Formats: sequence, structure tokens, C-alpha cells
Amino acid sequence: MIGLVASGYRMTAGVQKVPTGIDGFDDLTLGGLPRGRPTLVCGSAGCGKTLFASTFLAKGARDYGENGVFVSFEERPDDIVDNVASLGFGFDELIADGRIFIEHITINPAELAEVGDYDLEALFMRLELAVEAVGAKRIVLDTIESLFSAFTNVAVLRAEIRRLFDWLKERGLTAVITGERGEGALTRQGLEEYVSDCVILLDHRVENQVSTRRLRIVKYRGTAHGTNEYPFLIAEDGFSVLPVSALGLGHMVHEERISSGIPDLDDMLTGGGFHRGSSILLSGVAGSGKSSIAASFLAAACAAGERALYFSFEESGAQTVRNMRSIGLDLGRYIDNGQLSMHASRPTFYSLEMHLAIMLRDVARMQPSLVVLDPISAFLDAGDHRDVQAMLLRVIDYLKSHGITGLFTHLSHEHGSVQTDAGLSSLMDAWVLLLNREANGEFNRELYLLKARGISHSNQVREFVMTDHGISLIRPYLGEQGALTGSARRAEEARLRREQAQRRLDAEVVEQRLEQRRRRTLAQIDALRAELEAEELEFRSVAEGRRRSDAQAQSDRLAMAKSRRAQAADVGDE
Amino acid sequence: MSETNEMSGAAPLRLTLYVAGQTPKSVAAIRNLERICGEHLGPGRYLIDVIDLRQSPHLAREHNIVAIPTLVRQLPVPIQKIIGDLSDTQKVLVSLQIDASR
Repeated sequence: MIGLVASGYRMTAGVQKVPTGIDGFDDLTLGGLPRGRPTLVCGSAGCGKTLFASTFLAKGARDYGENGVFVSFEERPDDIVDNVASLGFGFDELIADGRIFIEHITINPAELAEVGDYDLEALFMRLELAVEAVGAKRIVLDTIESLFSAFTNVAVLRAEIRRLFDWLKERGLTAVITGERGEGALTRQGLEEYVSDCVILLDHRVENQVSTRRLRIVKYRGTAHGTNEYPFLIAEDGFSVLPVSALGLGHMVHEERISSGIPDLDDMLTGGGFHRGSSILLSGVAGSGKSSIAASFLAAACAAGERALYFSFEESGAQTVRNMRSIGLDLGRYIDNGQLSMHASRPTFYSLEMHLAIMLRDVARMQPSLVVLDPISAFLDAGDHRDVQAMLLRVIDYLKSHGITGLFTHLSHEHGSVQTDAGLSSLMDAWVLLLNREANGEFNRELYLLKARGISHSNQVREFVMTDHGISLIRPYLGEQGALTGSARRAEEARLRREQAQRRLDAEVVEQRLEQRRRRTLAQIDALRAELEAEELEFRSVAEGRRRSDAQAQSDRLAMAKSRRAQAADVGDE
Repeated sequence: MSETNEMSGAAPLRLTLYVAGQTPKSVAAIRNLERICGEHLGPGRYLIDVIDLRQSPHLAREHNIVAIPTLVRQLPVPIQKIIGDLSDTQKVLVSLQIDASR
């Protein structure tokens, strides 16, 4: 159940309440219908009055131990049972068990004449018997206005209806009385004047060829209740009211991160991935890969063993599964094992509120950890921008309050535009912008993380490439002319490689030249050294020669002197 | 008119009057019906059953009676119902298709 407030049987002093068992309604009324009092349920034909009444009765008997009487003034008992048979209340079993009693009251005006004074005592007797037969605590009169077409004496009829309401109160029966919507009044016959406790209006409006069922509590004496119009749903499992009111901002905050299924994208966020429970906007032009990224998120959540819910407003589920197989994502597997649920519907199929109601109901039932709406821009064509924004706000609020990560794709019509038509930016925690830029005659997908609250992240525009084994993000070439992607990036990279090769070649040449020169120089050095050695050798031999000749001269002189002294003695002696 | 003629000569009128106890309306209806039949139909031409639903309330459901008093013309078919205390003789005669001139 989508809870406003925890439901209770006696929320308000004085007015005791009985639960109807109708999803959402008991929350809205803080407990249900007033015990022992009549409630008028009015609305135009086909708006679900009888179903509301049947649900009230069947759930009362089945779930709350309060037997009931269905007084039908129109449909035959078999038709009533058939009508609700598909809803799984087990109406026929309840009848067989003596917990529900159908009293069929038909009056054929064609065979009826009125002569003089009368009253409806027999009707009261029949009701009395029916109530006693099952010990009824609940009673449905559907629809008592039929009496007005059967009897012409309105004065008598009004007096009798007033008596009937008193009788119901006297018996302490919790009654649901249905009434057809009249012109300028709640009911055609003014039944509301007899019912002072609780009046519920059901409405079935068609706007822009889209029908929406709405419920409003017109009056509920002595108790608080929601006063808005609430969308309600008649689905395969019965009547459910969806109180889609805005919740507070007391969301749980998660530190935990979840993966986008694209490792490169996770890496762009410091710490890896997005915060759990955050709302992520994926915006981009047509064909920029929004759905593929969304599918990637889904696959990642399922791979982590969590449940995910995918609302598609453009493609059928089967088509999405097929398309995503081309980028290596097998979503079919997760659908089969119940982890992934896909709901595809056209935006124009329901009204906005009904979409919201259905989404919230499905989310409440499945309790996924990831919800994808693809794309939210589809609603902008279907409804007023303000309404769309209000609806999305409620979705986001709901998801956040339940710690569910929300991924919303948005188709922007302008290239490179960073405006979301619905002004959703402020609601979103993270915004991934997908660009599809034309350059040099080709379109290239690019991805940019415009914001991610509470996570520092890369400011780079990454090239976004889808291959048959997933999505990868390529770091772009950051050149003098800005970031380049696609062929331009590849061309630039090739040019760079060529330049590098050239530079390498040039360096080699220079190196070789240097080597040669070094060798030449070394050779010259050798030659010079040899020359020097030769000169040194020559010098040494000259020096030796001179030393030797000096020594010879010395010895010659000594020898000369010796010989001269001998001569001198000779001479002296002489 | 041929029906009326056939009827007048054939089976008697079978009437059932449903009342609830001795309320003024019920008492008035019984009295009025007996008077009308006595004045406008010969003896043996009609048969009146008075059913008090107070005694057998289940018959209200079985015979699909809502208003009190209710007079049902069982025969001849088709079934015709008159509700009220039958205070207007002419209307009763018209509704029961009894030719008052006879």
C-alpha cells in the first residue's frame, strides 16, 4: 500500500471506522468508512461505484469477519458475481458460505400501477431478512435511485428513503449507498441530503482523449481526511486508490554506490559509481544512446542480485530486450528470473496521474532498487509541462523516500542543449549529458557528466562507443583545437603517431651522426697521440745522445787532464 | 377488447393482496378490494388471497414484493401489480382490466 499515514481503526476519537480493504482508500480516510453509518458513493455511469461497493463487501466478509448484504436494484445476482469473479474475491464462495447475501430487488414499472397510499414496508422486511440471514455488519444498496424510476409518488419515496437510512443506522450497519451523478448535484435524486456522514465522489474524466478515474472525499463528518482528488485504478486485482501526495524531504541518504554497468562511467566518478537512492537524469538528442545506458544500469542492478523496474514509453519490452542484445546486454535472462520487470505503455494511454499511480503501485509491489523511466520527455507531448513536472516530482520523491535509485532519460530536441524542458535539473542528483556532435561530416556520441551531487567527478567529455560487448568511454584527444572525437580523434592520433615516428627517425640519424663524429674524433685523438709519442721518442733519443756525448766528453776531458798532469811532471822534472 | 370478453366468460380473476399486519393502509386495501370486486364482479368470478407478510416475510422475497399494500393479478396473464390502498375504484378497474360497464 502506498501509505500516507499508518492506517488505524480509530484514528479519530468519536468516529469509529471500518476498513474497506480497498488499497489506499483506508490510508486516505485514516481507517476506512464510518462504522455503523451510511456512506454515499456517487459518480456517473461506469465510474466504478458498484465495484467499490463489491470490494467493500467482499473484503469485509473475507478479511475482516464482517458479513454483508448486497442489495441490488439493477443487476441480477449472477451478473454481480460474474463482474467481480475476475478480481479473485471468491464472491460465489462467500455467498455459498453464507457470508454474503445478495438481495435482488426489481420493479418493473410497466406492470405496476399506483392507486392510493402505500409504503415500502416489504422492502424493509426483505432487508431485515437478508441482514439476519448472514448476520450482516455491512450492506450495499446499489443503486437505490432505481426506485425513483419505479415509483411515481416522490413524496412517499423520499419519506421511505429517509426511513431506510434511519433503519440502517438503527441496525448499526455500515452501509455503502451508490448514487448516479446528477446535473449540478452529486446525485440525480439528491440522495446526499439523507447522508450526512460520508460522501465519496467518483469521477471518470476524459481529457485529450485520455480517461482518468478520480476519487474525492466530499464530506466525512468528524474526521480528518485527504481532500484532494486521488486517481484510482480498476485493474485486474480490483479497486485501488492511489494517494500520490507529496512527501517530505526526509529521505534516507545512502553512502553506498551503485554501478552504472559501464566501468568507464563509474570511473569518472571519484569512488566509483552513483549514490544509491539518487535520481539520475540522462539527457540527450535522438539516438545518443540514452536507452542503451539505461539498459546498462538495469543489467548492472540485476547482476548485483537486485530487482529493477523499467517503464518504457516508447518501445515495447520485447523490442528493448532485442535491441540491447546488440550491445551485449542480455536483459531477457533477468526478466525470466523475475529480477527485471518491464512495463511499456504509451504516454497517451493513460492520463499523467494514472501513469503516476500505476508506476507507484508497481514500484510498491515489486520493491525494486532501481527504477528507470524511459523517456520522461514523452510525457511532455501528452500533458501540460507543469503537470509533468509535478508528476515527476512525486515519482522522485517517492523513489527517494524508499531509497530507490531513479534513472530518467530525457530526449532533448536541441543539439548540445543543457536545458531540460521540464526544468528537472534541480530535482536530479546527477545529470549525464549525451551529445551527438557533428564534426567533419560525421556524428559522434559523446558523454559528459554535467553534475553529480556529492561526488567529485571528471569534467571531461568522453567519446561514447557502443560495441557488441557493451559500452565503453574513450578518453578524447585533447588537442590545441579542443577535444576531438571520432575520426577526427583517430586522424589526430594517427598524425601524432606519424610525428612520433618521424621524430624517432630524426633522433636516430642525429645519434648515428654523433657516433660517427665521436669515432672520427677518437681516431684523430689516436693519431695525435701516436704523433706525440713519436716526437717524445725522438726527443728522448736526442736527449740520450746528448747525455752520452756529454759523458764521453767528460771522460775524454778527464782522460786528457790525467795525461796532461803526467806531462807536466815530466816537464817539471825536466 | 376481445381479451376482456374472453376473460369475462372464462376463468375467474385470481388476485393476491400482500399486506403487512393491521396497518391502516393494509386494512383499507383489503376493504377496498372486497368492495370493488363485490360491486363489479359477480360471485365466483374472482378469487382473493390475502397474504400477511408479517406472518411469512420470506414471501416478500419469493414473490418480489417491495411496496405495501400490493395487489397482484395472477390470472389472467400478464401479471399486473397495483400498489396502494386501492382508494380509487376507477383506477383499480382500469388496471385490472375489468369492464366497469358490465
